[in-house]
Order: sequence, then C-alpha cells, then structure tokens
Amino acid sequence: MNEKELEILEILEGNARTPLATIADMMEMEKQEVEKIVKSLEERDIILNYQAVINWDHVPSNDGVTAMIDVKVAPKREIGFDGVAERIYRFPEVKAVYLMSGAYDLSVQIEGKTMKEVAFFVSKKLSTLDSVLSTTTHFLLKKYKHDGVIFEPEQKDKRAVVSP
Amino acid sequence: MKQLSSKHYLSETARSIKPSGIRKFFDLANEMEGVVSLGVGEPDFVTSWNICEAAYASMESGYTSYSANAGLLELRQEISAYLQKQFQLEYKAEKEIIVTTGASQAIDIAFRALVDPGDEVLIAEPGFVAYAPIVQLAGGTPAPVPTTAENHFKLTAEQLESHINEKTKMILLCFPNNPTGATLKREELEKLSTVIRRHDLLVLSDEIYAELSYDQSHCSIASLPEMAERTVVISGFSKAFAMTGWRLGYLAGPEPLLQAMLKIHQYTMMCAPTIAQHGALEALRNGREDVDKMVASYRRRRNYFVKASNRIGLPCHMPGGAFYAFPSIRETGLTSEQFAEQLLKEEKVAVVPGSVFGAGGEGYVRCSYAASMEALQTAIERIGRFVEKRL
Repeated sequence: MNEKELEILEILEGNARTPLATIADMMEMEKQEVEKIVKSLEERDIILNYQAVINWDHVPSNDGVTAMIDVKVAPKREIGFDGVAERIYRFPEVKAVYLMSGAYDLSVQIEGKTMKEVAFFVSKKLSTLDSVLSTTTHFLLKKYKHDGVIFEPEQKDKRAVVSP
Repeated sequence: MKQLSSKHYLSETARSIKPSGIRKFFDLANEMEGVVSLGVGEPDFVTSWNICEAAYASMESGYTSYSANAGLLELRQEISAYLQKQFQLEYKAEKEIIVTTGASQAIDIAFRALVDPGDEVLIAEPGFVAYAPIVQLAGGTPAPVPTTAENHFKLTAEQLESHINEKTKMILLCFPNNPTGATLKREELEKLSTVIRRHDLLVLSDEIYAELSYDQSHCSIASLPEMAERTVVISGFSKAFAMTGWRLGYLAGPEPLLQAMLKIHQYTMMCAPTIAQHGALEALRNGREDVDKMVASYRRRRNYFVKASNRIGLPCHMPGGAFYAFPSIRETGLTSEQFAEQLLKEEKVAVVPGSVFGAGGEGYVRCSYAASMEALQTAIERIGRFVEKRL
C-alpha cells in the first residue's frame, strides 16, 4: 500500500461521491491514474462498497428499530468462532457481526421493523443456534455519531462570512 | 442624546487610521443569506477536542487567575521546545518568549517597543490588513514594498534594497503570506538577510502560517546565521491548531528587545488568558497528529481550488503555504472591489478584494480554501458562471 493509495482511500472514506477528476486535482495527478488506483483497490477487496451515511431518524415514517446483541458462543471444533459468525451473518436481518474480547464473544447488530420482530429473531433464530450459549439484547435509542459522522448537533459553519 | 463633536474629542491618531477594507465588506456579506464564503481568514476545523478538554480541566482545577506576565512558564518551555524541534530556533523560555493575546497583540507590542516617530517600517505588500495601521498606531511610518505575481509574490533582495533609506529601521515579513500564500525558500531568505544585515535593520517575522507549508518545510529567517539577534519571531495557535477564538500568540526574540515588549504587555494586557494557555499546552504536547491531518486536507483543497480557478479563467499561481489562493481578476475588466461586490450580489460567493491588502493587491481577490470541498466546488461553479459572462 503506497501513500497515494492511502490518500485516495482517505478522500473516498470522507466522501465516496468525490468525482475521480476532483480527486485527481486534489492530488495533482491525472484522472486516468486515479481511476487505475481505485480499480486496483476494488479488485484487491480493499474498497468493498460505496455507502451513504443516512440519518434514518430524519426520514418520515421510518420507525424501524436497531438492536445490539451480545452473544456468548461455544466455538466450533476446527472452524472456531468464524463458522458460528458465518451462521449468524447470513441472516438478512443481521447488519453487522464483530468478534469481541471481554465478557462476550460476538456483537451482532440487528435491524427490524418493530421491537417484536427483533425479539422474535433473537428468540427463534439466534438463541436456538446450537453454538449460542446466551444473548443480551440492547435496543439502540438514539444515534449520536456513526462512522465518524456526528448526527444531531448543528454542523453549521460558525465562522463569520468574511474575516481577516 | 446630544452628540459631541467627535472631531473635537477623537485623537489625531484615531482619526488618521482608515477603517479596514475587510470590515466594510464583512458588513455587506454578513447581511446576506446562503452565501458560500471564501472570505474567511481562519481554519474551518474546530479546535481539537483534547485541547478543549484540557481547558475545561484547567477551570475545574481552579486555574482561573492571572498567569505570569510573560505567560505560564510551563507553556513558554513547551513553546521553546516546539520552536527548536520544528524550526531549529533557540529561545530561552525564561527571558526570550512572551505569550500574548493572539499574534495581533504580539505585533502591536513589538512595534510599540521598537518604533519611534519618523522610523519607517518596510512591509511587503500585498500583506495582512492590520500591519500598516499597527505601525501608525505605534508612531511609525509604514512603507510598502510591492511584490508581484510574476515573482509569485515573493519579496526579493533587490526589491527590498531599493526601498531602504536612512529612515528605515525595520522590515516586517509574513511568510507564508496572507493573502497571497507565497512563501520563501532558505536561499531566498539568505539573500534578504544579506541586505538586512548590511543595512543594520531589525526584522519582525510573522510566521503564524509556518505549519501550513505544503511543498517544503518552513524556514524561519531567525534560523539563518547572525539573524536571531536582529529578529523577533511572531507566531501563535490560531492557524495551525485551529484556535482563532482562543486569542493566543507569542513573541520570541533577543532578551533586551523582549524585555522591553514585556513592559508594554504587562501594563496593557497583564497576561494572556490562563485557561487558553492550558489549552495551548495540550496543543503543543499532543496536537501534532491533528496538525498533520489538517495540513494534508488544506493541501488537497489548495490543489483542487488553484487548478479549478485556472480552468474557469482566473489565472492563479500555486501558493506554497497558508490557506489562501490569490487569483487574478484583471481579465474581467473589473476592479477587485467591483468583482467581489458583484460576485457576492449575483452569485452569493464571498471573496475578499485584493485592494484591501495594499496597492499591490489590486487586480486580485483573496479566496480562502479553508472551506469544505462541497463549498469549494459550489463556489467554483458559481464563480465560473460569473466570470464567463465577463470574459
């Protein structure tokens, strides 16, 4: 990984919609060169996807719920935690799965339309997996910051329009 | 209320000072809604949170009283170590550094300590709007030395030499420069220093933008042979650490000069705010990573803005530092003030007319790229539309 690749990743992480021509200007490079690097980063599975950070709380009629579930599991012989994690992340309700150190093993993020739907998923699908020993469900009440983006406070430029 | 005759009561000095050209434009721009501003002379980052936390913690611990006149010794020691590490400058914390309320106050007390009536101070122009009035307030006479776009707004030894006369006492340098972004290499500073030494001049070197140098590391004129003894370096926390509102700067220079400045500082300001000084301590101790990130971000935006500015028909040299681009608007046939005013009214983009930075600034506008990429792209689109109609 060279410095140019790292810088391009940083720019795209800040705003995935930055046009390649703009990145080229910002880095004093040719557009074709930037295009080639981005393609290579995609092919090497370093850039996996281009996503928007959305504040769903501001979307009218959106009343979905998100839950973070601490899961204790018994790792499987040969495949360890990875196999258990795979069984879990294959469910479409599951948005994220992380292997954790500490009091529990996996952190699972679930999104559902209602609390009942999430509860149903945990009790019927997650808890019943033979490697799952216990679960603790926490419902997410409010997002303050996600992926480095602060959601709620005013993000307005507080500087005077013209200053020395 | 009955109005007294201001002419009768105001001092001659106060009457002789012209209001800042920026202030006039400031009032116009701030009345309007939805303006994309490239008129801002400060970082678009907010102060790093660890610095704010350090200031909170200092209040919680009861550090709410005066500090030593010259500033907390601990802070002066950090500044001394920082100047040594970053710019190879050697200053003793005890006697050769004064913490001030912003670099502006540092400039003020320096001139008040060094200038007598009749003394001329050479100022490279275009230059920061406050320099000439501060010299006047101190009783001196500002003498502009114009720099030109052909030379990327760098001051040359020849230009300097041609403006020196028997009244010339000192020269004010500001590199990287506000508003042109020009900066000087070591070889260029060496040539200037030869002239300065030959004519036995003092130098006030405003290096507030030193950290914001993009293509080469900053060289301080005080680091050149035999220059530390005749140079007072001015810097502060506003630009590099995004701490403009904290009003914290400093002076570093030879003890006899600094001790005279300290007298003025202690009688007029007492000391810089103690809480801000605690924030500054944290900035110097743990702020390096954030400075590097901000510099990398400014560099990218500079590259984008200068390239885009040239593309839409406003020729612009590549500035080596600070966060200003200084494109030429001559092709439009407008004066810089007309350009800025019409652009603001028609396209709601605020830029600062070059003329406010001295006569050498006419024909240019100052565009601060300390704005988000989205704002810069919108501004370029609007300025492009505005310029197209006039070319």
